[in-house]
Amino acid sequence: MWFPKLLPVTERSLLRPFLHHTTNPLLHSSTTSLRQSNLLPRRVSTAAVSPMESISVLMTCPPVHPYLVEALEKRFTLHKLDSVPDKPQFLSSHRDSIRAVVGNAAAGADAELIDQLPKLEIVSSYSVGLDKIDLAKCKEKGIRVTNTPDVLTDDVADLALGLMLAVLRRLCESDRYVRSGLWKKGDYKLTTKFSGKTVGIIGLGRIGMAIAQRAEAFSCPISYFSRSQKPGINYKYHPSVVDLAANCDILVVACALTPETRHIINREVIDALGPKGVLINIGRGPHVDEAELVSALVEGRLGGAGLDVFQDEPNVPEELFKLENVVLLPHVGSGTVETRQAMADLVVGNLEAHFLNKPLLTPVV
Amino acid sequence: MAVTGTNQSPPALSATAHDGDDSLPVVLIHRFPTFTGSLFPSLPTHFRLLDLLTTDASNLQSATAILCVGPPPPVTPEFLDRFPSLKIVVCSSVGVDHVDLPECRRRGIVVTNAGSAFAEDVADYAVALLIDVLRRVSAADRYVRAGSWPVKGDYPLGSKVSGKRVGILGLGRIGSAIATRLAAFGCQIRYSSRKEKPSLPFAFYKTALDLAANSDVLIACCALTDETFHVINGEVMTVLGKRGVIINVGRGSLVDEKELVEFLLRGDLGGAGLDVFEDEPHVPKELFALDNVVLSPHSAVVTPESIGTLQDVVIGNLKAFFAGQPLISPVID
Repeated sequence: MWFPKLLPVTERSLLRPFLHHTTNPLLHSSTTSLRQSNLLPRRVSTAAVSPMESISVLMTCPPVHPYLVEALEKRFTLHKLDSVPDKPQFLSSHRDSIRAVVGNAAAGADAELIDQLPKLEIVSSYSVGLDKIDLAKCKEKGIRVTNTPDVLTDDVADLALGLMLAVLRRLCESDRYVRSGLWKKGDYKLTTKFSGKTVGIIGLGRIGMAIAQRAEAFSCPISYFSRSQKPGINYKYHPSVVDLAANCDILVVACALTPETRHIINREVIDALGPKGVLINIGRGPHVDEAELVSALVEGRLGGAGLDVFQDEPNVPEELFKLENVVLLPHVGSGTVETRQAMADLVVGNLEAHFLNKPLLTPVV
Repeated sequence: MAVTGTNQSPPALSATAHDGDDSLPVVLIHRFPTFTGSLFPSLPTHFRLLDLLTTDASNLQSATAILCVGPPPPVTPEFLDRFPSLKIVVCSSVGVDHVDLPECRRRGIVVTNAGSAFAEDVADYAVALLIDVLRRVSAADRYVRAGSWPVKGDYPLGSKVSGKRVGILGLGRIGSAIATRLAAFGCQIRYSSRKEKPSLPFAFYKTALDLAANSDVLIACCALTDETFHVINGEVMTVLGKRGVIINVGRGSLVDEKELVEFLLRGDLGGAGLDVFEDEPHVPKELFALDNVVLSPHSAVVTPESIGTLQDVVIGNLKAFFAGQPLISPVID
């Protein structure tokens, strides 16, 4: 714990949740280093910490995760934008009190919102991706931004492998086959082997690396595309996505969504992947030109797809519903109980660190 | 294992329509009439194949080798009596529970199986089932296809795969391949098998009960024998607990299916991923309504890519037998 023991109990209790979540490597390491810092002479700040209960926090994403809502309500004055009937009126009447925004991958803080909140100091996002936050604007105004990196890396990588296996081995279709009683009428057809297939990864960041590490255990050769070749990595580098797609069996999108990576999977890439190739998207819907993907799948120009994200969530192209070579998931990449708790702890921890003038746990801006 | 999706019944396997070259060693083919899968294409160039369904049994007194395809009807003492010269039973499956192993041993008949030909496929499938059950892949796919996402909102949270304690029952070729794969997910691997394997970096538990008590997920991939029949019983399910998950890619009867269904219906078990059942192709209907189970029609074992490898194993075993050399994949009873 980074609070010296002499601090009042109330202040230590603010950070209590961290003590219980050792599954989060990031928190774990910071706990360790701070524990070590206890060996140094204690320099307890005498500046009074303002009670955080009076700090107004605006939640711009739907309050779907009770654990996070509860953790925020326990510490701050929480306003849930979702349950506000007249949003413009609410924002103008609270413009001078809201000092923090909590958002997620679907709803963050755009330029318009930021302009409406002159007292905004920090945006703490319950997500890795920050494409719903106007980062440039935040930088310009000196607003801090944090996300929840690392904690969901394993989940997303686990699910990417789950999607590859499910598409190649037709797992969801097999389950439908059994549940509908068809097995009694004959064996299910043969599927495709996964071990040994070449896996091409777009974006070799934390998630991409975690996917590579898992796929290697299935004897899958790994190749990748990223802005530049990564030093010290033995996976085969392809300087273009089309090149990568033409030379792999399974193509995984694991990069951040930026103007450059929007529609990085276009018709040319899909054609290079070909009728036996499989596309996995655990990144963002707009990484893929969805109309092109749907027509390639419907016309049999692509072998299959495992999709956790879509261009217009929660709307999924209905043409895909009848295809057996696709697996369609409702954006559950980081959707585990364990990870959501770790993410919520980070969101709260960043806010607390900010308002206590401590270093942010996972700053982006 | 099944190597075809169709159920039409041609009268005989094409490779056995004629007796072939008289100078080649004779191999008898043992199958169900309903098995219509094409035989391994290279087989007739090495052996003279005689199909038991289409060959007069009186010609078979001198035959020394039988190849089981399918799976075939049981290889019982009565069946073995028909072939007094028999020395080897070559099976094209991993599991050989259709063969009376003690009786074969008593008669000095060796038995071989598919060896490692399917280890990767089965291991891949076990991992696929595990991820599916914990992360609700098939159930979430149903949710999307039913159009529920825009109507009912976010799908409920799943359970994390990384870091789970996974207990593997039977650390043979398949179990080891599962361990390698799941270790890369950061899972903590432990196992139970007839013998401890001290060279491996995994914790060993003597009994299935001990293993279950120290695991979040239990994977059954051992051979079905008298000792392993219902090795996953109610007691094991109880210690595995309400959040525990059972994956079965071995044989249906490794699990007490009746108990399993009751544990799942009562919510006393977290979930199950089942590729095999006690009375295939019959699957307990009570399971059809559950979202925490994944049901699969005995599909783990084979992909087209692995059939070539299987052919190599089958031919390799037969050639070694006729040449008096060590077999590739003898079944040690």
